[in-house]
Amino acid sequence: MFGLNKKDTTFLLIVIGLTLFTPILMQPFAEGSGLAQFNGGYPDLMQKVAIFGIFAVGFNILFGLTGYLSFGHAAFLGIGSYSAVWMFKLLTMNVIPGILLAMVVSGIFAAAIGYVSLRRSGIYFSILTLAFAQMCYKMAYSVLTPLTNGETGLQLALDDPRILDRAIEGSSLPVTNLFGLPMNSTYKLEVMNHVFTFSVGFYFCAVIAILAFYVAIRLFRSPFGMMLRAVKSNQHRMNYTGLDPKPYTLAAFVISGMYAGLAGGLLAAMDPLAGADRMLWTASGEVVIMTILGGAGTLMGPVLGAGVIKYLENIFSKINETVLHGWFHWLPDGIEDVVVWIFARFTGEGWHLTLGVTFMLVVTFLPGGLVEGLKRIRDRVQNGKKKRDKYDDPDPDHQPAPSKHVV
Amino acid sequence: METILLQLLNGLDKGSAYALIALGLTLIFGTLGVVNFAHGAIFMIGAFCAVTLSRIFSISFETVDPTKLDFLGNPAKIKTPYVEAWFGADAGAWMIDWAVPLAILFSIPIMIAVGFAMERGLIKHFYKRPHADQILVTFGLAIVLQEIIKYFYGANPISTPAPDAFKGSFDFGAALGFDPNVIIYPYWRLIYFGFAAVVIGAVFSFLRFTTFGMVVRAGMADRETVGLLGINIDRKFTIMFGLAAAVAGMAGVMYAPILSPNYHMGMDFLVLSFVVVVVGGMGSLPGAVAAGFLLGILESFSSMNEIKSIIPGIDQIIIYVVAIIILLTRPRGLMGKKGVMED
Repeated sequence: MFGLNKKDTTFLLIVIGLTLFTPILMQPFAEGSGLAQFNGGYPDLMQKVAIFGIFAVGFNILFGLTGYLSFGHAAFLGIGSYSAVWMFKLLTMNVIPGILLAMVVSGIFAAAIGYVSLRRSGIYFSILTLAFAQMCYKMAYSVLTPLTNGETGLQLALDDPRILDRAIEGSSLPVTNLFGLPMNSTYKLEVMNHVFTFSVGFYFCAVIAILAFYVAIRLFRSPFGMMLRAVKSNQHRMNYTGLDPKPYTLAAFVISGMYAGLAGGLLAAMDPLAGADRMLWTASGEVVIMTILGGAGTLMGPVLGAGVIKYLENIFSKINETVLHGWFHWLPDGIEDVVVWIFARFTGEGWHLTLGVTFMLVVTFLPGGLVEGLKRIRDRVQNGKKKRDKYDDPDPDHQPAPSKHVV
Repeated sequence: METILLQLLNGLDKGSAYALIALGLTLIFGTLGVVNFAHGAIFMIGAFCAVTLSRIFSISFETVDPTKLDFLGNPAKIKTPYVEAWFGADAGAWMIDWAVPLAILFSIPIMIAVGFAMERGLIKHFYKRPHADQILVTFGLAIVLQEIIKYFYGANPISTPAPDAFKGSFDFGAALGFDPNVIIYPYWRLIYFGFAAVVIGAVFSFLRFTTFGMVVRAGMADRETVGLLGINIDRKFTIMFGLAAAVAGMAGVMYAPILSPNYHMGMDFLVLSFVVVVVGGMGSLPGAVAAGFLLGILESFSSMNEIKSIIPGIDQIIIYVVAIIILLTRPRGLMGKKGVMED
C-alpha cells in the first residue's frame, strides 16, 4: 500500500494511529490527581512535538543518511518563520500559502548555503554551516531590520495590507486559520475525570507531520536514499564507480532545509511571530540532540527524540520544590529535605541539567539512540534469559570474525 | 591615524582572547584528535575561579565597635574580612584588591585537575568514536557544566573588578606624540594583551624546547610509532589536556574584569573559537594564534563608523564572511597540515 512494502505500511499505519490519538494517549492521568502534571496532552506541547518532529525527520535525511553533521539548520527554521509571517502580513491569514512560501524560501536558501558548504566534509562542513547560520542570525538581528524587525521580532499589525482578508477583518488582530477554521480553536471532551483536548492546530500539524513522515519513508527506501547511504559509507568507492556524490548530497541538504522551513512555517502558523532567536546556533544544537537521542538514521528515532525533549522541557520545568514536597511528604523530615533537594536540581529551573546528563549517557552507552535501546529490550525479552556470547552474533558487516586466542 | 591605531589596539585585545581559547582547542585537536565542545565551558570555569577567589577573600565576620554608635544609639557592628584579621589590615586589603591576578595561581591546579578528570573520565572513551559523537558528548558536558555554574552563582553576570592600580587608562596619544586624550586605553586590557603574549610564548617554548614537548610533537605526527618506542604517549596526552585546560582557565580568569562572568559566556565564545581554529588550520598552533589576532583585528576595524557607513552591519558578520572565504579558497585553513581531521 502507498508504494511501501508490507512492513513499512504497518509501521506507517501505527504511526498514523499514534499521531491521531495523541490527545488521548498523552493524557493518561486523571485530572486533579497527583500525577496530573505529567499529562502532556495540551495543544501547545503536542503541536511543538509534531513540529519539532518534522524538523528532526528532515535533519535526519541529511545527517542520518549522508553523515554530514550540519550545525546550522536552525537558520532554515528561522527563515521559514519569517517568510510565513510575511505571507500572513501581506496576503492572507490562511496558513497554506504561508507554509508553502516558507518551504520555497528556505529551499532556495538551503540550495545556496548547501552549494557552498558541501565543498567540504567532516568538521569543516559543520563549521561552515555554523558560520552561515550565525551570519543569518546576526543579519536578522541587525542589518535586515526592515525585513525582520530586529530584536523585537516580526509581528502582525493592524495596518498590514492582508490583501485577501481585508474585507472580512474586524478591529482586532486576526488569528491564523485554515480556510476559515481558526488554528487555536479547541474542543474539550470530559470522560471519567480525564479532560481530552482536541485542537485544530494540533491536527493540522499532525496531518502534515504524517505526510512528512511518509515522504521520509519513501526517501529512505528509494534508490536516492540508497545513494545517500553510499555517500555516508564510502565516498571514494562511490567516485570510483563513476558517480558524483555532490548532486545527491546537495539534494538531501535542500530537502532537509525545506523540512526545516516547513517546521518554521508551522511554528509561525501556531503563533504568528518570528524572532531571530530561532536561528541561534544552540537551536541548531537542539535538533542535533533530538536526532541523536532518538537514533540517527532510523525512521522513528528523530520523532521519538523530539517528543522526549519537548516533553522534558515542558513537564520537567514545571516541577518545582512545592510539588516535590507534595510527592515526598511521606518520608521522614530530614530525608525528605535531602531527596527534594536532589530532585529539585534536575527539575524546574534545572531541567537543562537533566537534558545534558541524559544526552551524555545516551551518546556514551547507546550510540544508536533510544531506538536501539528499545531494540535491545525487545531482543532481551524475546531471547528470554538465554545468555548470548558476543561472537554468536551474525556479523552484519561481513567482516572476518575476531579469532579467539589459542596460545 | 589615531582611530586606526585605536582599532588596532582593540583588535589585538579581542584577538588575544580568541587566540588563547583557540590555542587550547588546537592543542586538544592536534594531540588527541578530539573535537572538544566543552572548551568554552572550561574558559567559563576559569572566569568563575576569579569570582570564587574574590568571594572567599571577602568572607567576613562581624564585631561590635564600642567607639561608634549607629543611628539607633546601639554600638555599631563592623564587618572585618577574615583575611584582614589573619594577615593584617594592609595585606588583607591588598589581597582583596588583587583577587583576580591571585586567582591565576589558584586556578592553575584547579584547571589541571578539571582537565585530567575530563580526559580520564569521559574523553578517553571517545578517541576511537566518530567526531560527531565527540562533538555531541562534549556538547552535553558543556550543558551540564553550565547548569552547575548557574546553580552556584545564579544567572546574572557577576562583576569582578580588576585591582585598583589598573583602574585607569593609559594615554597612548600623549606617549606617542599625538594629541592627548585621543587614544586612551584601559590598563587592564593592555595587561591582558601582555599576559596573552606571555602565555602563548610559554606554550610554544614548552613544546619547542623541552623533551616533553618534543615527545608530544612527535606523538602529534605519529602516535603509534612513538608508542612503539616505549613511551607512554597516553599519559603525555593527558598532561597536554590538563595544560590546554589550564591555558583556557587562565584566559578566563584574566577576562573576568573585562566581561562580567555569566553562565553562558562559554557557549558565546565557543562558536567564535571554533571558527578561529578552522580558519587557522586544524592542528596548527601558530595558525590558531595568527587567525585569532587576524579575526580580532578585522572585527574591530569593521566596527569603525567609516566602514560601517559603506557596508552596514559588516561588523556583525565579518568573522563569518572571512571564515567562509578562507575555508573555500584554502581548504585546510591558513596553516593547516595535511591529514588532520580530513576524513
